[in-house]
Amino acid sequence: MSRAALLVLADGRFPAGGHAHSGGAEPAVTQGRIRDADDLAAFCRGRLHTAGLTAAALAAAAAHGLDPLALDEAADARTPSPALRATARKLGRQMMRAARATWPSPELDALATARPRGAHQPVVLGLTARTAGLGPEDAAHCVAYETVSGPATAVVRLLSLDPFHATAVLARLAPELDEVAAQAAEAARHGIDALPAASAPLLDITAEAHAAWPVRLFAS
Amino acid sequence: MSVRATARLRAEPDGRGSTALPLLESAGPLALRRTRSPLPEHARVTVVGAMSAPLNGDRLAIEAEAADGARLTVDAAAATVALPGPSTDTGSSTYAIHVNVGEGATLYWLPEQLVSSHGSDLHQTTRIELAPTARLLLREEQILGRHGEPTGALTTRLTVHRAGRPLLDQQLAYGPGAPGGWDGPAVLGGHRAVGQLFLADPSFEDAPLPARLLGPTAALTPLAGPAVLVTAVAADARLLREILDGALHELLDGLKADTGNS
Amino acid sequence: MHLGHTHDGPAAVSADATRPDGTRRALRIGLGGPVGSGKTATVAALCRELRDRLSIAVVTNDIYTREDAEFLLRNAVLPPERIQGVETGACPHTAIRDDISANLEAVEDLEEAVGPLDLILVESGGDNLTATFSKGLVDAQVFVIDVAGGDDIPRKGGPGVTTADLLVINKTDLAPHVGSDLQRMARDAKEQRGELPVLFTSLTSAEGVGPVADWVRVQLAAWTA
Repeated sequence: MSRAALLVLADGRFPAGGHAHSGGAEPAVTQGRIRDADDLAAFCRGRLHTAGLTAAALAAAAAHGLDPLALDEAADARTPSPALRATARKLGRQMMRAARATWPSPELDALATARPRGAHQPVVLGLTARTAGLGPEDAAHCVAYETVSGPATAVVRLLSLDPFHATAVLARLAPELDEVAAQAAEAARHGIDALPAASAPLLDITAEAHAAWPVRLFAS
Repeated sequence: MSVRATARLRAEPDGRGSTALPLLESAGPLALRRTRSPLPEHARVTVVGAMSAPLNGDRLAIEAEAADGARLTVDAAAATVALPGPSTDTGSSTYAIHVNVGEGATLYWLPEQLVSSHGSDLHQTTRIELAPTARLLLREEQILGRHGEPTGALTTRLTVHRAGRPLLDQQLAYGPGAPGGWDGPAVLGGHRAVGQLFLADPSFEDAPLPARLLGPTAALTPLAGPAVLVTAVAADARLLREILDGALHELLDGLKADTGNS
Repeated sequence: MHLGHTHDGPAAVSADATRPDGTRRALRIGLGGPVGSGKTATVAALCRELRDRLSIAVVTNDIYTREDAEFLLRNAVLPPERIQGVETGACPHTAIRDDISANLEAVEDLEEAVGPLDLILVESGGDNLTATFSKGLVDAQVFVIDVAGGDDIPRKGGPGVTTADLLVINKTDLAPHVGSDLQRMARDAKEQRGELPVLFTSLTSAEGVGPVADWVRVQLAAWTA
């Protein structure tokens, strides 16, 4: 296994479509729930331990070798918002394109064929990590980090927040990112039924509101 | 000192167009009473006496089954209040609800609020198995703290399988000991009342409802399978109930209009 | 490394010149340029000019959601199913150059919905002078500037002006009103671009987008040859 492969996969410039998504930060900014770096930290922390943990565990399970189609179904059950299901599949399809160009494998081809409109992104990412020779905890780390780096980058654009402050928020979350990744990888060892389903009511509700906005900067 | 109690009930068609309750077994603080149902085809069971339970350390459970073709409403006489209990070393309490809904059966599971009082520590799990043609209407409301007090520790997990496949899986964790950010802008945003209204109905297979906002802090969302979930947060129990009641009546009226019966 | 060979299964990657079934895919032309230079109007005029002979679709990359897509829809230059807007998270240049995955998905969806297509026009939201399209997304790119944006833009250069396969200098009818020197713009452009072509257009004139459409036809002939 190559540690550098993890850097490639976790790089914000990995061309898999994430840059167009705010992870729920855009509606939170508009509704005044994120106004500064402290709010951003609270938002990221909440997202990390809910949607982030759930997604990280799905990725870890895929990296562990559990059936990606069963995981895709488990992801659906954990995503009551149709807007967020559509986003997850759209990003999954984009991740799949990048993954097949980067680390081609029959496993990725099989999932792409079974889900031509995209599987849930964490499942695709986990399978990509597996193909790249990475382990379940690597995949979980990657997803956990994305869960907070997406909103942080978006808030820099939305609020003109000082990028140093936004990056400091991410750095201070590092120990919790490690915890979430370890927790997700541990759950993945115990099979699909043991995967966490932590959810965040406001993220689900505001995702639906945001999807209906006629004018927005971010796709989600 | 702590209580272990499992209440059980089973509903099945009585052969005369209504529903019988061949099993109705109270346990510990969970007293089950057959009450008069406003819906003629439904049997109705009301959970009474849960007002001062569970205490930390208690292990409470309800096992309920609506057999094929049965029509059952389960509700409660009062809110369930999770309490700390007399000593501090009893650990957390659990409240496990396990429900089976058979072919062509209908279950309305409409308990009152679950209130997490200061110092309490409760893990609630609700696990539901639906047959492919089962209908289920379920409400859950979590109130974080009694009036003016900080919340206790509360985790809930709602897992619904339909025909053995996962349909909904949601886990919530609030209060002391919960992972960080639960009160922040991604999760509750300072709201103290959280609720879900879940409706599974085979008719959604052909005619899924569109997603819709029910005000600034509530949304009705169609799931990937034939079911909808209303998710709402509110400042308090009363405001939350208003949102969920509005959604409940609308959903039931919609189904009546579609199917010509209730 | 994936140019010119086919992948198994759905969702071929990047610049593969053939569809999964082995047939040659649609030519993809990118149109970029600063805000207000007339990119969307040029796309609309091209669609009107070419749609009778060619099967065309358009992908727009907006800064805000779908405003350019909606302009094209309102003006009914193509049926709605032939126009798709990509959301770019406020950075169209990222979506057309650094992370082209959403655009490739839009291209694929259009092929699937209304294909086989001859030509796909990919429009970038008005961004800046450095925005260029990835070769993984388009086969040729047009950079649209206008005389009202200042006659020193060609002199200033930048990747769009310098390297685009075609430079369009639009709104020549406005030149006398804004004091722009077309001769100077032509001279500067030549200096920056060498042999790469430059076209002056006025969409309101009788000739309109004609010269650009002719250039597109030449590209298409070369693509399908």
